[in-house]
Amino acid sequence: MADEMKEMVLEYVIDEYVDEDDDLDVTFDTPLISSGIVDSFSMVSLKVFLEKKFKISLPDSEATPEAFDTVDRICSLVRKHQG
Amino acid sequence: MSNIGSYEKRRENFSWDIAKEVLGWKEGEVLNIGAMCSDRICEQGKGDKKALIWQGFGGKQKTYTFNDLRVLSSGYAKFLQDLGVKPGERVCLFMDKIPELYISFLGVLKMGAVAQPLFSAFGDESLEVRLFSADTKVILTTRKHVKKVRKIQDRLPALEKIVIVEGNPNKLRDGEIFFNVEDAPVEDFEIYKSETETPSVLHYTSGTTGQPKGAQHVHGSVWGQALTTSWVLDLKDDDIYWCTADPGWVTGTSYGIIGPWSLGVTQCVLDSGFTSAAWYQFIQDNKVTVWYSAPTAIRSLMRDGEELVKQYDLSSLRHLASVGEPLNSEAVIWSEKVYGLPFLDTFWQTETGAMMITNFPGMKIKPGSMGKPFPGIEAGILDLKTNEPVTEPGTVGLIAFRPGWPSMFREYVKKPDIYRSKFVGASEDAMPPELRTDKSLWYVSGDRASFDKDGYYWFVGRDDDVINTGGHLVGPFEIESALVEHEAIAEAAAIGKPDEVNMEVVKVFVTLNPGYEPSDDLELNIMNFIRKRLSPLAMPQEIEYTEKLPKTRSGKILRRYLKALEWGEEVGDLSTLEDD
Repeated sequence: MADEMKEMVLEYVIDEYVDEDDDLDVTFDTPLISSGIVDSFSMVSLKVFLEKKFKISLPDSEATPEAFDTVDRICSLVRKHQG
Repeated sequence: MSNIGSYEKRRENFSWDIAKEVLGWKEGEVLNIGAMCSDRICEQGKGDKKALIWQGFGGKQKTYTFNDLRVLSSGYAKFLQDLGVKPGERVCLFMDKIPELYISFLGVLKMGAVAQPLFSAFGDESLEVRLFSADTKVILTTRKHVKKVRKIQDRLPALEKIVIVEGNPNKLRDGEIFFNVEDAPVEDFEIYKSETETPSVLHYTSGTTGQPKGAQHVHGSVWGQALTTSWVLDLKDDDIYWCTADPGWVTGTSYGIIGPWSLGVTQCVLDSGFTSAAWYQFIQDNKVTVWYSAPTAIRSLMRDGEELVKQYDLSSLRHLASVGEPLNSEAVIWSEKVYGLPFLDTFWQTETGAMMITNFPGMKIKPGSMGKPFPGIEAGILDLKTNEPVTEPGTVGLIAFRPGWPSMFREYVKKPDIYRSKFVGASEDAMPPELRTDKSLWYVSGDRASFDKDGYYWFVGRDDDVINTGGHLVGPFEIESALVEHEAIAEAAAIGKPDEVNMEVVKVFVTLNPGYEPSDDLELNIMNFIRKRLSPLAMPQEIEYTEKLPKTRSGKILRRYLKALEWGEEVGDLSTLEDD
């Protein structure tokens, strides 16, 4: 299940934030925010995706650029709120 | 001692010529902002002084002296000249906050063209509207952002060249050029002899109706930008200044380039998004002394708390200021407690080009107040019904200014009627040159406020439907126009809804076309549709599906009705509301 979640988030990130001709190899531990792949404004749509897909509510205080910086970290945050 | 000294004395003995004294300006010098921010500083013997300390993603750092700015901006100027760009033509700068943006901005101005910086997070549709409106001839961009330009270039007949100034130089397409200025510095470039009224910078701003409008500024704006930088931001020769704004917006050029560099001050730029820890680290590492930021960022810093602040040495800070939206009193009080300094609010807008109502160093601060008019600025509050200046403190009306300050915008590109509509008392056929100099008129800002018995101004809100999210104005019409291009959406209305950090965020009401049903996937799809087409700022953070939108009998969507419901306010006169 954990790997499924990571695959799902990674697929979303690649589909929505990475262009086909970017030549970027995005993996579970690729920095997203701190590398500029996902700009900090666009984090909001990523947060909405997570909340809707995984039926959770992420408080703004925890939806920080650090917590969203890799797929691995994002999934840790999601799991924490799945209870 | 602050640069302004006594506010009252400055008001009594004011002349914009004081800006020339502050800059050490002599009659006969060429009034060209590009050169004033680089060549002229070198002529003052500061060529080896640091001009730009830049940090990007992954901690990447670069430093440029004023002499570097001079030869590299001349490199851009010569390149554009050789490319066939003529004075007065518009050159768009579409890139992140990288050094190339700051340096090419000066280069464009030095050869007499107009710099049109655009926010790099804009999607292709936002970009297209602004480039089409401006008849932009050349765009300077990066490998990262050129994809958006490629999508729209066929619909931009005036766009002749796409220049990639950073990133991988390979895989260019027809009409694209790669230019690395580091390989082409120019020692001697003949600066374009611009004058006070020569067009310089073009910024786009959003209104309630129609597409964004291009506010054209001129080289003479530098007097206003330099003097407000000196008196409000209090910059001195040995300061290390950090303006967190993006030059895609007016703060990022007026106070992130022109103000500090015309005064020969060192500035820092951090281009790696926002985290509180990274910002504090940046201040500590660079010993930032003067920090000009925005309420959204300040509220985010507040959210991350006082304990984090204690982990950094921020003792270099000596002066803080804020812009973009009203700064709430809690933020002022918090910053004084935590940093030992209050953030001083400043009020101005794209059209004014420079600060208009502000809190000044040394002045008594009333937390939550906008402050007082800058010396030389005649401000007033106009009655909401009669447009006459109000005299009673506490009366809410429209913030207005007598025309004629140096940094005032000179026109909305190709929209003289809309320009005229901004001036109360203007005759029906008045044209921009008369409007901007007629001191019997009032320029109306579009914001509401009141003043108190001590002459302090207090912001109340917008007088229109424009959405202020994180200090950026977003036009509802632009969002609605894009929404109805989505296959599922029949009609749409966009409003601002309250938000703790951003003041407002976009909320939209939509009716769906037959065959579509509300769902999580559709909601996310609509959000990303707007994010990519317009920008992440314009992306709705809430979508409400409805059977029908409230309209007037003539069919116009009543946003104010939706907004009043959202904000829990009186809905006002509904006599024009369409019957069910």
